[in-house]
Amino acid sequence: MARGANLMNLRDSRPMSHQGLEAENLQLWRGERHVLRGVGFSVERGSCLHVTGANGAGKTSLLRAACGLLHPESGRLLWNGQDVAADPPAFHASLLYIGHEAPLKADLSALENLRYWIGMRRRVSASALGAALQRVGAAAWSDRPARTLSAGQKRRVALAALSLALVPLWLLDEPTTNLDGEGQRLVGSLIEEQLTRGGLVLAATHHELPVAPARVRRLELTLG
Amino acid sequence: MAELPQSALAAAPASLDTGGSAGEGTPVLAAARLVLLRDLTLAFRRSGQLVQPLAFFAIVTMLFPLAISPELARLREVAAGVLWVAALLASLLALEFLFRDDAYDGTLEQYALSGQPLTGLMFAKTAAHWLLTGLPLALIAPLAALSLGAPPAAIPGILASLVVGTVALSLIGSIGAALTLGIRRGGVLLALLTLPLSLPVLIFGARASELAIRGESIVAPLELLGALAVLGITLAPLASAAAVRISLE
Repeated sequence: MARGANLMNLRDSRPMSHQGLEAENLQLWRGERHVLRGVGFSVERGSCLHVTGANGAGKTSLLRAACGLLHPESGRLLWNGQDVAADPPAFHASLLYIGHEAPLKADLSALENLRYWIGMRRRVSASALGAALQRVGAAAWSDRPARTLSAGQKRRVALAALSLALVPLWLLDEPTTNLDGEGQRLVGSLIEEQLTRGGLVLAATHHELPVAPARVRRLELTLG
Repeated sequence: MAELPQSALAAAPASLDTGGSAGEGTPVLAAARLVLLRDLTLAFRRSGQLVQPLAFFAIVTMLFPLAISPELARLREVAAGVLWVAALLASLLALEFLFRDDAYDGTLEQYALSGQPLTGLMFAKTAAHWLLTGLPLALIAPLAALSLGAPPAAIPGILASLVVGTVALSLIGSIGAALTLGIRRGGVLLALLTLPLSLPVLIFGARASELAIRGESIVAPLELLGALAVLGITLAPLASAAAVRISLE
């Protein structure tokens, strides 16, 4: 309940602007290819945008453009009503992007990876790290070097990072890939919790998202 | 699994960080320290990579007595130049590893999206690189100098010139390493980019070592080396951060 109250305060402090992420008319070229042709979307706090489309339709490019790794040739990206180009570090501090591969160092353990990765963004206590690893079922192998982990196990470590970072915006590229059935349900419940907390999620996948359909909007990208 | 969510959430503060408030966020210096620590930890887990540039340096300096002459008097004349060319090539050898692994496994992406100034993180990475290659090179250089006929009295001067000079070399090299990130097998290009930029360091460094071997004052070239290092500290992290951002596109 405290969470809800907190969020209300946050909303009250900025009543006029749109709370969430908006993209207007994104045009992106990769060499000769026109990847994003005027893509626009709007995601409010507490909702999820499911980006779908065939392979090569530009799902990953859209996510990378939405987090500021790619710079579209034209179009605007607004975070809480403000152009993200005005203050990229502040925007980056409020998002976590997880690409196809979990960004783990092969020679560090799951625990060390999380400590360095998330520790750069915010202070994390050892107990919070332990709880997050426990949550994703990684407690038993959290001290093994990442190079010995399976693809699904690495994905689970990335999921633990999501719950530790405590940022409002998640950008997930194929979040359910390589996960078993239980792992996919875990992705669903993590996303649901994030939405309940007032966060928002952009997930690119051609699979179904294991989230209540009422909270999900779909954005279908077509091959140009 | 259904009961666990609450405990995991309870362990962490419930509100979402909106990015604007610095209360929970990691300060820049702490983030840079983590980058430094991470690189040092990784290097010691894979110590083979650490030893390679040092072994290269040792072997190259040993080749000269074989190729020129074992006479110490003749070797002494070329010792400073040999030391510096070998140090330059050895530090170049290690540069390829500076950003490559981080680019492959997505770490650089996370650095760029961490909300921390990338310039500071690049500085930390370069500092780690110097601690792992430049400093060890500077520490074994006096041994190589002695075997090339330098008098023991020259050791402090040689050490000082290499300590300061390798700082500049690491910083200059970080720009080249970042610029060649997107290029497969960019090793040769990295050398072509970095070597011309390193010439001033080579010139003043070799001069300082030569004066040290002759027993003269090395203050003037050492000051110029220091100036180059300071210039590198101020500009190189900015340039490599910009190059890394471009490589992520």
